[in-house]
Amino acid sequence: MLIKKPSDIKSSEITPESVFRNRREFMVDGAKALLGAGVASAFPGMAYAQNGDLLKARAPAGLSRSAPAAWWQDKFSNIKPAPDAEPFYTAESLTPYTDVTQYNNFYEFGMDKGDPSANSSEFKADPWSVEITGAVAKPGKYNLEDILKPHALEERIYRLRCVEAWSMVIPWIGFPLADLIKRFEPTANAKFVEFETLVDPETMPGIASRFAIVSWPYREGLRMDEAMNPLTLMAVGVYGNYLPPQNGAPMRLIVPWKYGFKSIKSIVKINFRETQPPTTWNDLQANEYGFYANVNPAVHHPRWRQDMERRLPQTLFSRQYIETRLFNGYADQVASLYQGMDLARYY
Amino acid sequence: MRKLIKPLVFLVALVPLVLVLVKVLQNDLGPDPAQELAKITGEWSIRFLLIALALTPLRLLFNQVEFVRHRRMLGLFALFYATVHFLVWMTFLLEFRWGAIYEELLERPFITVGFSAYMILVVLGITSPKIMVRKLGRNWKRLHRLVYVASILAVIHLLWILRTDVGEAVLYGGLVALLLGYRALHKFRISNSMRA
Repeated sequence: MLIKKPSDIKSSEITPESVFRNRREFMVDGAKALLGAGVASAFPGMAYAQNGDLLKARAPAGLSRSAPAAWWQDKFSNIKPAPDAEPFYTAESLTPYTDVTQYNNFYEFGMDKGDPSANSSEFKADPWSVEITGAVAKPGKYNLEDILKPHALEERIYRLRCVEAWSMVIPWIGFPLADLIKRFEPTANAKFVEFETLVDPETMPGIASRFAIVSWPYREGLRMDEAMNPLTLMAVGVYGNYLPPQNGAPMRLIVPWKYGFKSIKSIVKINFRETQPPTTWNDLQANEYGFYANVNPAVHHPRWRQDMERRLPQTLFSRQYIETRLFNGYADQVASLYQGMDLARYY
Repeated sequence: MRKLIKPLVFLVALVPLVLVLVKVLQNDLGPDPAQELAKITGEWSIRFLLIALALTPLRLLFNQVEFVRHRRMLGLFALFYATVHFLVWMTFLLEFRWGAIYEELLERPFITVGFSAYMILVVLGITSPKIMVRKLGRNWKRLHRLVYVASILAVIHLLWILRTDVGEAVLYGGLVALLLGYRALHKFRISNSMRA
């Protein structure tokens, strides 16, 4: 048996060569982390992943949410961090956690931007099940735990563009919708995917509002090729943390090249069908909200011009008014889906 | 005592402006302050328009001339808040992009409607001094009936920008209908009693 004396161990065996060579970068990273900490304390709403954490963004410690159930903790203990390059990442500054979670359109909880965070304390994300119906080989009602089981979670930093001409940059946690869809084995008749949000007047006070002209449940849909695109994400977290109800707990869609209303929240039903599904906003005002709803600076909404957007958060005297990009800057990934289509007609 | 009422009304009408300025200075308008500021100033403009419209019916109901003494001032406050609203829109929402402002005024129907209401208020404001009342004579009253049109346009403007919760617009719309309806009813009664 060979027992090395301490003096026999070469320093190269202790420190891997790559780390040794990269010590300068390591020092730079350390300095960046320190700077990051400085920024974080200057803007209390701002959140950064802590030193040693691989994720790019975390909820501020004091605001972290507790797990909806024990199994969620396991699920979130191993998340693949966002890469350093587009499209699953953007270097644009993140919208702080407090704004992402307190400035929401989620009419089931009320009509004002602050209502969803204020009125959702009764909402229960566990237990949760999702019904899979339509043109698939494996329909059924699945527990969320079973839905998520085979999927490794990853972090993705996406731009979110609302049809109301504001935008945010948000670090989501989720997995590709394509991987989920494959498991249910869609048949040849599955040309579109339809999604439905939970309707529970007990825990979603906005549903009872007499002045809301939405007919619940909220519905959204995608063409199959849109659903299978690698950008399309099923999100279960934000800022390295479990989704709060106002952001669509426990599971929501993220389609970053489309206006925000396509990214349906708190999904309880996924239906595969041959024809284009009815969608909530399109049903309400077809001349204003199209089925496709691709972000497009050249096609104005009757109420909001779409060539520019207000990147949030802003203050009145430091405004970020930026040019909106076709497909929200994801044209390289998705433009081919719409080749030959008149985007002004199919808005 | 009587003399104190006017400055008092003036100061109270300035309270919303002060509250907004405090929010601006404290950066307390949320992550999208331009939008919020446009919303608040627009709402106050409609509210003052409704208050100004309510004074004539109130005088008739309570037989108190005091109500109409402040009608002009409160109408001018509606114009004032509408002006702030318009400037907020041009400055913070469109960043003085003149081409975009021009397009918006023509192509966005709810903006065309709102701007029309504002133009009416501007004309009524310009013709509000006593000297203009004298100059215009009988036509002054005819011209100033345009405030009914402005209030209807303002409610349509609000209704059109809302996405689904129409509660507030329905409330204001109901009040406009009530105030205009009361006038129509009153006129109808007078002409009936004159005939009798």
